[in-house]
Amino acid sequence: MSVSELFSVVQASLAADQDVREEIRKVVQTLEQTAREILTLLQTVHQMSGFKEIPNKCQKAREHFDTVKTHLAELKTKFPADQYYRFNEHWRFVLQRLIFLAAFVVYLESETLVTREGVAGILGVEVHRDKGFHLDIEDYLSGLLILANELSRLALNSVTAGDYSRPLRISSFINELDSGFRLLNLKNDSLRKRYDGLKYDVKKIEEVVYDLSIRGLGKGDEPSEGKVAEK
Amino acid sequence: MSKEGRFRKRKHDNVQPRNRKEEGQSKVNPLSPVLLSFESFQKELDAKHDKYERLVKLSRDVTIESKRTIFLLHRVISVSDVGELLSESETKFGDIRSKIQQIAQELIGEDTCQFHRAFSPGLQEYVEAVSFQHFIKTRTLISLDEINKQLIFTPKTEEAEHSEDSTLSCSQDQKQEQQPLSLQVTPTDYLLGIADLTGELMRLCITSVGNGDIETPFEVSQFLRAIYDGFTYIGNTGPYEVSKKHYTLKQSLGKVEDACYMLTVRGSEVPKHVLADVLSSKPSMIEHEEGV
Repeated sequence: MSVSELFSVVQASLAADQDVREEIRKVVQTLEQTAREILTLLQTVHQMSGFKEIPNKCQKAREHFDTVKTHLAELKTKFPADQYYRFNEHWRFVLQRLIFLAAFVVYLESETLVTREGVAGILGVEVHRDKGFHLDIEDYLSGLLILANELSRLALNSVTAGDYSRPLRISSFINELDSGFRLLNLKNDSLRKRYDGLKYDVKKIEEVVYDLSIRGLGKGDEPSEGKVAEK
Repeated sequence: MSKEGRFRKRKHDNVQPRNRKEEGQSKVNPLSPVLLSFESFQKELDAKHDKYERLVKLSRDVTIESKRTIFLLHRVISVSDVGELLSESETKFGDIRSKIQQIAQELIGEDTCQFHRAFSPGLQEYVEAVSFQHFIKTRTLISLDEINKQLIFTPKTEEAEHSEDSTLSCSQDQKQEQQPLSLQVTPTDYLLGIADLTGELMRLCITSVGNGDIETPFEVSQFLRAIYDGFTYIGNTGPYEVSKKHYTLKQSLGKVEDACYMLTVRGSEVPKHVLADVLSSKPSMIEHEEGV
């Protein structure tokens, strides 16, 4: 075969590859859209009025996750099942977001840490690689770290909204998460970088808890407001 | 007494989670489902990282051996017995392939793309070496299929080579016997390897000018031009790294074309018997131009 023939063979395979990527990108865009909608929905829990409507919000978010399921099912059809990691970077970001959102919903509902199986169930994907489109463990862990960050915010805002017991519950939850992460031997990669941020979230929540406890667990509104202003 | 009591209590606290690192955190129950699941995550991540490291190591070995083979093949112009040299390189390639086989072994049951970054440099270097040898032998470009064909391993040799793993992956070996083990070079790795090859060809061309070989430079320049056209044809369809190499390729081609030009110009005006002397002084001139 001549050189130019060889190159045209290679070119054809590269072009096919690009087509697949293009298809994937389209689906990922719709996924990102849905993820943003869910986030907007859940963001409202930070508002004063939002605390009462948490179950309602979670219910609505769950409905959105059905759309996510169909989109992810569509994504699965866009590439061969055994080439997950070849195109993985296209949906990595949005998948981490979705994991975070699922974990957030589960936390708001039951105040527990969602398991990997739980997330996989909500998103309609597999846990293990050999069964098809799956949840990469590093993505799952990254999602949990985003959750920790969001919860540190929630702790502050729940104080502002006058809910003084929530920060304590968040604190023990985050502490458990922190000890969990400390069991891992992380490599110097993006997950590790994210994990390094966890200690600041822990610190922030501990400060909230401290502020509450020295004031006798929030009797009166003044201290909490002063606290938020400091932040 | 109270002090003693507290001391005892704390000691007791420390004893319980002895095998855990976060002894200070008595608040967190070490048997909580969260911690238990993180323990399994730890195992999973560690296993993955270990595999990655092993692959990087193997890839480095492949790179080093491939580089050595390329150096060996560069001697082809100064050595009279080319056949012997080629057979020597062939045995070297055998060693490299057994390393690649080990990589394939590691990847049994894994998604190859997940660990691709670990072994891709080695494969590229291997492509470079193998295509260089192929060029020296046949003056043509080796195809991706041909390279991949050589990287299909029959399970018999694999068992002999893997005494260390044999106990561990016994069942896997049996499963593997039906289908031979293989590691496929991706089109991108192939392209990057070929782009590196052009650098070697440029060196080959310049040194052969130094040795008074008037045939090789022209062959190389023709071949390089074809490859350059191929890369131009691919353009930016390929990944970013490919287009980056494109620029270096152009430089290599420029040098080779310069050399051929010199040969043609000088060759026509210098009498045949003096030509060798003129040509052997050429490399220094070209080198000088490079520096400027």
